[in-house]
Amino acid sequence: MTNSKILKKHSVIKQISSLKSGFKIILSFWLISSVNLANSQPLVDPLDSPSWNLVHKLILSNETVVFDDRVKVIVPDMAEDPMNVPVSVTVDGIGEIEEIRLFADLNPIKEILNFHPGKIEPFIAFRFKVQNSTPVRAAARTKDGVWHVGGSWLDATGGGCTAPSLGRALDNWVDTLGDVKSRLWSRADRPDRLRFRIMHPMDTGLAPGIPEFYIETLELKDKHGELLAHIESYQPVSENPFFSVDLESKLFQGIVLTGRDNNGNLINQVLQ
Amino acid sequence: MNISNNLSSFRQIHTYYIRRLFKTSLLVLALSSFNVQLINASELDYKLVAEPVGKGTYVFIGSTKYFSKQNGGNIANAAYIVTNRGVIVIDTGSSYQYGKQMRAYIESTTGLSIIKVFNTHHHPDHFLGNQAFKDVPIASLQGIVNAIDSQGEALNGNLYTLVGDWMKETEAYSPTEVVTPGKVTIGGHEIEIIALDGHTDSDMAIYDHTTGVLFAGDLIFHDRTPAVASANIQNWLNSISQLQKLDYKYLIAGHGPVTTDQHAMLQTHDYLSWLHDTLENALDEGLDISEALQLELPERFSALDILHEEYKRGVLQLYPSMEQAFFN
Repeated sequence: MTNSKILKKHSVIKQISSLKSGFKIILSFWLISSVNLANSQPLVDPLDSPSWNLVHKLILSNETVVFDDRVKVIVPDMAEDPMNVPVSVTVDGIGEIEEIRLFADLNPIKEILNFHPGKIEPFIAFRFKVQNSTPVRAAARTKDGVWHVGGSWLDATGGGCTAPSLGRALDNWVDTLGDVKSRLWSRADRPDRLRFRIMHPMDTGLAPGIPEFYIETLELKDKHGELLAHIESYQPVSENPFFSVDLESKLFQGIVLTGRDNNGNLINQVLQ
Repeated sequence: MNISNNLSSFRQIHTYYIRRLFKTSLLVLALSSFNVQLINASELDYKLVAEPVGKGTYVFIGSTKYFSKQNGGNIANAAYIVTNRGVIVIDTGSSYQYGKQMRAYIESTTGLSIIKVFNTHHHPDHFLGNQAFKDVPIASLQGIVNAIDSQGEALNGNLYTLVGDWMKETEAYSPTEVVTPGKVTIGGHEIEIIALDGHTDSDMAIYDHTTGVLFAGDLIFHDRTPAVASANIQNWLNSISQLQKLDYKYLIAGHGPVTTDQHAMLQTHDYLSWLHDTLENALDEGLDISEALQLELPERFSALDILHEEYKRGVLQLYPSMEQAFFN
């Protein structure tokens, strides 16, 4: 054999063997994916998030999920002030909702808040903190255990003319810690609106030298102590959180807000 | 033995070619990035052309859009008055590049030097060109100087994010001279400094009694939605009422085309009072901010550029502080 022939033969063998292994890989992928297809519908994230699989696992424990645009998450296109991004969640026409989990796929702390509407409407609005552009989602669990997931992308890259809010925390924040202000609007044609604000720094623990310090639980009760709804909140909820919820106030005798932060400070206030 | 030798020589040749290929591609990469830089540098041209306002006054009309990489931050109006002693500049644009190009244009078209610069307020689209005028007295009200001192660099940083390359080498450069309200004569022009507020905590309007031109700064927007990021709307409305009393021949708004009548003043006043009332009502009805953001905007404001975008920005800025006041 001449040298050139040997070289040719060598490279041909190499090519064939790489083709073979390529086929094997493709074949095995095809087999795996066809097994998956047989078990469940393929789930295509409408927001095309790189972290969907991760949040599905971390926040919804890989439980059954459907993407459902009856779960409406409203955020502005652009987070003008990343410390205060308004979000509202409305669930309409899916039946009774046991729990709504709000989360942001790409936030350093992904959980925002879990809302158990109980005896009030499956609606909640408040503001939260965001680090960068991310999908913001709500997953609403119906009685059959299925999570109905809705959401939208939030762009957070710049602040424009808006001067950054500096020195937000007042020097006397300790004096007002846990103070609650609230107001109820009776409305004729739709459920009544309750808005309440709680004074709290809601520190994430991600700012250097400031440990995490945030409200963990909030309960709305009637005056006999019966639970109407409850909330598990996480670090990304904005400082001095301001909540809006909807309810039929005439069904309840008085409304009391109780709660606790991660340092054990208690919140207890009659709202009505 | 023979075969393995051949194989190893093949590997050597192979490696040699890969190395050469790698070097060539590096060279190509380096050349192409050099080209990209050259193209960018030549594109950082605002293509400024001033339009005359009456006799001896000129204005560079900026885009009525928001800051973008396409417009390079050129969204505000900057103006100048040609006097017998030299040129008075009113606002310097959004970047060092803008300031330099504006100055070159003025000096080459008038053949005169610049004797004075004024800043109408501390927003970045109006003062970040100051750097190009370091050898000229830059004058403003004390409140504006303080605001540029304290917020200038943060606002400059924001613009780097929003418009990118256009900002290169730009730094916040504060005014060097504090002026007080009242009349001064510069180059034969009787210039009145008017101290107002509302668009920001300190806004300066300039009225040239000699030509009848009113430089309103951002107290007046024309066919462009007023920006309320640092606004106190009640004070702003009062300031507009003050300006309406002036007997001007020409009005140069901070954003939008030049006018000779009250139209731009009424338009700005109408939008601001509507915005104020609408947000007060929303709060009174118990609306959350996310609901206030979705309110319908009246048809009569359709002439205002970037209406929905600026309305939302306004709600995000104003509503939280209105809520705090409402709940205290």
